[in-house]
Amino acid sequence: MKKLGTVGTLLRIFPYAKSALPRVMLGTLAALLGHLFALAIPRYLQGLINNLAKTETFEALLIAVLTVLGMGLLEATMVLLRRWLVLTPGTHVEAGLRKTLYAKLQDLPVAFHDKWPSGQLLSRVTGDLSMIRRWLSFGLVLLVANLLTIIVGFVVLYSYNAILATIFLVIMSPLWVLGFRFEKEYHVTARMSQDQAGDLATAVEESVHGIRVIKAFGRGSFMTEKFAKDAMNLRGTELKKANMVSKLWFFFSTIPDVALGICLIVGIGQIVNGDLSLGALSAFILTTRVLHWPIDSIGFLLSMTIDARTAVERFFEVIDTKVDIADPETAKEIDKPTGRLVFENVHFRYSDAPLDQPDLLDGINLEIEPGESVALIGITGSGKTSLTALATRLYEVTGGSVKLDGVDIRDLTREDLRSHIAMAFEDSTLFSDTIRNNVLLGRPGSTEAELAQALEIAQAGFAYELPDGLDTKIGEEGLSLSGGQRQRIALARAVAAKPAVLVLDDPLSALDVDTEAMVEDALRTVLKATTALIVAHRPSTVQLADRVALLQDGKITAIGKHSDLLATNDHYRYVISSLDAAGKMIEVND
Amino acid sequence: MSMQGVQNEEKIHLNKEEQARVKARSLKLLGEIVRPVRSRLFMSLALVMTSQALRVSGPFLIAMVIEQGLPAAQAGDFSVLYWTVGGIFATTVFAGITIAFFMRFAAKVNQDIMFGLRKRLFRHTQNLSIEFHETYTSGRVIARQTSDLDSIKELLDSGGSEMISGILFMLFTAIALIALDFTSFLIMLVSFIPLFFLTRWFQKNTRINYRKTRVASAKLIVHFVETMTGIRAVKAFRKEKRNEDTYKELVEDYRFVNARVIQLFGIYDPGLIMIGNLTVSFVLLWGGYRVIQGDLGIGVLIAAILYARSFYDPMENIAMFYNSYQSANSALEKISGVLEEEPSVPDPVDSLPLAPRKGHLNFNTVEFAYSNGKVVLPPFNLDIPAGQTIALVGTTGAGKSTMAKLISRFYDPSSGNVELDGVDLRKLKDDDLRKAIVMVTQEAYLFSGTVAENISLGKPGATREEVEASAKAVGAHEFILSLPDGYDTDVNKRGGRVSAGQRQLISFARAFIADPTVLILDEATSSLDIPSERMVQHGLQTLLAGRTAIIIAHRLSTVSIADRVIVMEHGKMIEDDTPAKLIAGTGKFAKMHKAWRDSLV
Repeated sequence: MKKLGTVGTLLRIFPYAKSALPRVMLGTLAALLGHLFALAIPRYLQGLINNLAKTETFEALLIAVLTVLGMGLLEATMVLLRRWLVLTPGTHVEAGLRKTLYAKLQDLPVAFHDKWPSGQLLSRVTGDLSMIRRWLSFGLVLLVANLLTIIVGFVVLYSYNAILATIFLVIMSPLWVLGFRFEKEYHVTARMSQDQAGDLATAVEESVHGIRVIKAFGRGSFMTEKFAKDAMNLRGTELKKANMVSKLWFFFSTIPDVALGICLIVGIGQIVNGDLSLGALSAFILTTRVLHWPIDSIGFLLSMTIDARTAVERFFEVIDTKVDIADPETAKEIDKPTGRLVFENVHFRYSDAPLDQPDLLDGINLEIEPGESVALIGITGSGKTSLTALATRLYEVTGGSVKLDGVDIRDLTREDLRSHIAMAFEDSTLFSDTIRNNVLLGRPGSTEAELAQALEIAQAGFAYELPDGLDTKIGEEGLSLSGGQRQRIALARAVAAKPAVLVLDDPLSALDVDTEAMVEDALRTVLKATTALIVAHRPSTVQLADRVALLQDGKITAIGKHSDLLATNDHYRYVISSLDAAGKMIEVND
Repeated sequence: MSMQGVQNEEKIHLNKEEQARVKARSLKLLGEIVRPVRSRLFMSLALVMTSQALRVSGPFLIAMVIEQGLPAAQAGDFSVLYWTVGGIFATTVFAGITIAFFMRFAAKVNQDIMFGLRKRLFRHTQNLSIEFHETYTSGRVIARQTSDLDSIKELLDSGGSEMISGILFMLFTAIALIALDFTSFLIMLVSFIPLFFLTRWFQKNTRINYRKTRVASAKLIVHFVETMTGIRAVKAFRKEKRNEDTYKELVEDYRFVNARVIQLFGIYDPGLIMIGNLTVSFVLLWGGYRVIQGDLGIGVLIAAILYARSFYDPMENIAMFYNSYQSANSALEKISGVLEEEPSVPDPVDSLPLAPRKGHLNFNTVEFAYSNGKVVLPPFNLDIPAGQTIALVGTTGAGKSTMAKLISRFYDPSSGNVELDGVDLRKLKDDDLRKAIVMVTQEAYLFSGTVAENISLGKPGATREEVEASAKAVGAHEFILSLPDGYDTDVNKRGGRVSAGQRQLISFARAFIADPTVLILDEATSSLDIPSERMVQHGLQTLLAGRTAIIIAHRLSTVSIADRVIVMEHGKMIEDDTPAKLIAGTGKFAKMHKAWRDSLV
């Protein structure tokens, strides 16, 4: 992708800020007028005071006071107007960007989230976006208004004396060079600082999510030291930034005064030669003094602009990412899915797998008839979970196709596909919501009876005994449930979705033997009518299925009934047979 | 309502007493974070005052050029001109240098404060007990450590030293005005009345509204983190649209309160300018009147007006600082609340050393109940001799995990005590305790970093040989080698591809390398396939030799290596014997075991 400069990058944010632009422009105008009124007051005062000694009438004084008062009120009004015009639209732009980013992140495939630590995403959605808002409603407005004021100021300076103005301009010109050089260097550091802030957010997040592991190993101080090291790095970068800004500030605050000093010498020389009046020199000097703040401010407005640029860059890094698991342009629909799920010569590899490694799934052929349940067996890391994730397009096949009722799943909308196929994951993520809403996540608006049935099948009757029954809030912001309880709620959720196809990834791993047996009995009734793909590690789970498929070296090497495979297939026995039998095998191998 | 710690932290309108309490603790925190850097703070104050004084001398020098340099030059003597312009150069450059140094200095002060606060907050949340984390939610802890700290950073960046020098400047100006023309000073004093009311109004409204922004921003973060952490489930159950609606609402709530505080400042700031300009007008009116009456010299009037005007000049900076202060203050209210939380399982004040490690565990009439009074484990006694391997079995909710959490001191018993080698766990230093007792849980959390780093978390500084040896011992070596970069594979970037079973293997290796006296395995093998479990079982034989172990497992396969089985039901231990005897009997375990045997075929 082409590298954009600061202006180019910042321009990209404008389509998102369209609604605010007219008011930002008006706000800039108000800022400019405010500056001009502020400039006018002292000038008027000077004139007034000079006259006061001469006229000595009370009316003249009153008029003068009222004029000063009027200009003062106008100045305040302009400031009020600028803020009123710009601030609210700024917050709307920020809110809009935030929603856009969130929607995009939800749209991006799981593979994206695997790669991006969520702290980096969080720092984009919080710090970066408020940076952009502040720049739009403050930095940009003042930068434009101050630059205009400087230009107007230079015109005024030329009106007084062209030679002096040219000298002033020439001496000031290195500031442009400095500004451009600063932009390049500061950009790199600003970017580094924002990335490091994101890393810190990630460290914080992991320290909270992994608190149990840290506690269990007593690694609190170890993690704190590690965190402190990262925080120290950020401190270093921030200091580097401050050093750069202070250097720039030095030049922006001294060079105008140095220029003024030289102008004074030249100007006095001209007066001595009779080429310049004292009045004109005084006016020239006063104007340069007035321009002092606008010129000074360019330094920090510039650094703010570059901070905003890196924030915009970081925003677009996410927005520009192509959603490579997207909805088709013209989607097909399946009216009444029967649930025939077919894997046709499916290949899959993670994008970062080494080239010399064969595909993780290397030509999978598997047909699951409507209403049939197939258990998927294979050693840890053989790609079982990856295969189940392909069915709902959490990941995309890298070759071949998955078909539901004869339709390539890539021809369905993701929404549609995922309403036909429901999943229960090995780690049962529940959301901060009531039990009811968690279970009915896949099919909101189900009846009470359907809800009760799903809970019954998953043996999740304990839910009724929670403090507020099914309306008890669970998940992170609510009651914490045990692993087994969570797994049963997650299973109930998959069942309640009443999908054509159920994909269950080791759904009973956290259950005790008794509960497992009860869940299995209840599940059988569901599985009679539903197509199912079940990842299993235990013979007991396998027995839920009509057939068993053995995944080995990326291929389905055997498929059939549990008892048949047990009798005929060595690898199958190795993967699934009980420990006692295995113990014997080890003895034999020894 | 109590405002202790994080209780009621989302409350917006506080009564007087609560307000005073919250204010006291956030001011205390502010004092604490500033104290270590106060000498450098004074130093940067001195720098900024020097540079301001130098800058104020600018107009004076220019006046000199015109009043003395010009006549001299016209008389043919340019030396005065050169000297004064030289003076302008010198003061300008010196002012520039001091301000540049001030900026570096202030940045150092600010960054040190931020670093100190970051570390302190991080360490404190790490020290807080599991109980706290279970109720406070990860999102809120993250919000406290990110967006709340950001608003304190903004306060620091907005320049405390400049504000103090601004106030000093105003004070000097006021004194000069008193000396010059007392009645003009009185007019300025009158202007303090609207200033006071305006500031009161601003203070009251911003306090409440900034509090609202903190709460709204934390809610945003909580929802965001939950979505991104659970993105698979979000997608699989098509929660995107519903999430978007919720998030939109939260974003709008935040936008609304944020816009509100910004608008408050948008009124406050021009209000100040207005008061300043009004004052100038009145000074002009009153002074001009006296000039006309002949009671006042024109020079005095000019000076009085200039002073009155410049008096309000630093006001904008002060207002901006005050605004950031109000914002940071509500963040400090929340952060100080978290810092006020005491770990419910605190480190002992006078710890006892843990001499030769044996691993003898003893429960003395231990009872455990939740803080709401619900009893999980009624009083019981249990003695686990050193070196024994115990299997805890029973249905979900029987209290097995609670037992494990008592031994690993995630919780403290409500009454009675747990002893390791005769020492109450509460008397052991956390470091000693964690070295002796390690727990592996079902959720095998991996931190970003390489596989090797994740394993060596069990023993920081472990060599690669040790890491590999422990991975081999639990049967994780093979699959780790097949990862793109072997042991150096970054699990964070490839977290999606390390399966649950593999994660458990890595966390097993982590426990193996930690080499504890007492090992607790809480459902640590639930996601393993049978060959892996077999490897782990094999590894356990060596791992558990000479160690005390408590194994909680639903798969009774693990039980075969146990010396003793304890069956739990509703918080009570109903059977306790060797596995062989229990299997031979007719009790609960015998039934469970039979059911399990049947499930294997």
